[in-house]
Amino acid sequence: MRQYLLSIFQPPGEMPDHEALAAIMAEVGALNDEMRAAGAWVFGNGLEAPETATVLRAEGGDVLVTDGPFVELKEHLGGFTIINAEDLDDALGWGRRLAGVLGLPVEVRPFVPQG
Amino acid sequence: MTERIARVFREEYGRAVAVLVRSLGDIDLAEEAVQDAFTEAVRRWPESGEPPSPAGWIITTARNRAIDRLRRESTRDTRHAAAHALQAPDDSPAEEEGPVHDDRLRMLFTCCHPALAAPARVALTLRLLGGLTTAEIARAFLVPEPTMAQRLVRAKAKIKKAGIPYRVPRDADLPDRLSGVLAVVYLVFTEGHTASAGGRLVREDLCAEAVRLGRLLVELMPDEPEALGLLALMLLTRSRHPARTTADGRAVLLAQQDRSRWDRALITEGQDLVRRCLRRARPGPYQVQAAIQAVHSDARRAEDTDWAQVLALYNHLLALTPTPVVALNRAVAVGEVHGPGAALAEVERIGLDTYGPAHTLRAEMLRRLNRQAEAAEAYATAASLTENEVERARLTALWESTVE
Repeated sequence: MRQYLLSIFQPPGEMPDHEALAAIMAEVGALNDEMRAAGAWVFGNGLEAPETATVLRAEGGDVLVTDGPFVELKEHLGGFTIINAEDLDDALGWGRRLAGVLGLPVEVRPFVPQG
Repeated sequence: MTERIARVFREEYGRAVAVLVRSLGDIDLAEEAVQDAFTEAVRRWPESGEPPSPAGWIITTARNRAIDRLRRESTRDTRHAAAHALQAPDDSPAEEEGPVHDDRLRMLFTCCHPALAAPARVALTLRLLGGLTTAEIARAFLVPEPTMAQRLVRAKAKIKKAGIPYRVPRDADLPDRLSGVLAVVYLVFTEGHTASAGGRLVREDLCAEAVRLGRLLVELMPDEPEALGLLALMLLTRSRHPARTTADGRAVLLAQQDRSRWDRALITEGQDLVRRCLRRARPGPYQVQAAIQAVHSDARRAEDTDWAQVLALYNHLLALTPTPVVALNRAVAVGEVHGPGAALAEVERIGLDTYGPAHTLRAEMLRRLNRQAEAAEAYATAASLTENEVERARLTALWESTVE
């Protein structure tokens, strides 16, 4: 069994209205339940906006605190899900479902194996 | 004997690597072991003579070499486990599993996985299934050898680290994934058939390799009509190679080709395959393209071509794959059936302003309509858009003759 990170990318621009968002979140919830039932779900959640981030930099013997985010991108990490999967095809299967429900790009990336 | 071993290499390298990857789970290790086995063959066969089953000998020797390597090179548990797995009795060629589960088919699906970049898919397929060296693949695609080597290393690392599986996809994914595999094989063929760059029009080595892979696909998936269609398409296209260039290397268009130089054996085989497809009545883009080529192959002289039939098939193809390039090829048939005016209107509707062949067709139609100045300009544009020297020479000659 391998672990994969499904990163959800949020494009700039307006968010869907409250009602549409609620419908999407309900679908995401159902998908997460399905992942849990299949033993695939490890962790996942949405992230607050990038402006809420704080960056720490080790410099000399000190750690500097600055207002974030670390990189300013047009698209930002909107949330992520970590899953267990048999192989990439298995992971892409879940990733495809997630991208379909959200209507957003999803990046599937393997974790370094444990042990 | 060396020549004989080279032939065994070409024919059996892919199968041997595929079998070893299944038991080792590691492409690099499998390749090293198979190369070791061939080195051993070069040393031993000249004296001992060729073994009764060269492929079996190579696979057995490679497996033993892999066990040696695993024991020698590493004390890591995983590699020991792999060495143990290798000694298990089930790592002989998986004949009991039937053709669909042939190891080469798994390998092909791994090499052509959509998570790999398209150039990497092509390179991996030629390397692992075709047994071409990195240098040969680099030469075929006119990229420096280190670039190609890096492309292969990266792709193999992605297969390993991202967990691209070594298996035939599930039924639900199979149609999509198969079309990806067919696309890679056809890409190898078209690159060979009209080299996109360089001084030769045809790269025979690439065409031969694509046909070999096409035959392998038909052997492994005999019930897949698109695999049959692709093979038929490649055979019929290839049957014209002897007539496609003049002795001094200039390109000859279909209409001007000496049809007595077409390869009749390839035509017969291709047309038989097209008929086999038709009986299955599950048409797809490759089958329809093969059928179009079969119509051309039927005509003893260019003027005997059944263009109405060609146009009907292009209408079908355009419905299956509504792309501008298909629409452009269909416009050629429109020109033959309904005249140059109708074809010109089609070309202008399609657009494709940066695609050389669109300007070539526009030029042809303008010339037939006696609009010489516009035709010359279109030929010049077409010549400026191709990287292939042979094709550019042909277009430049046409431009000159139109200007006069």
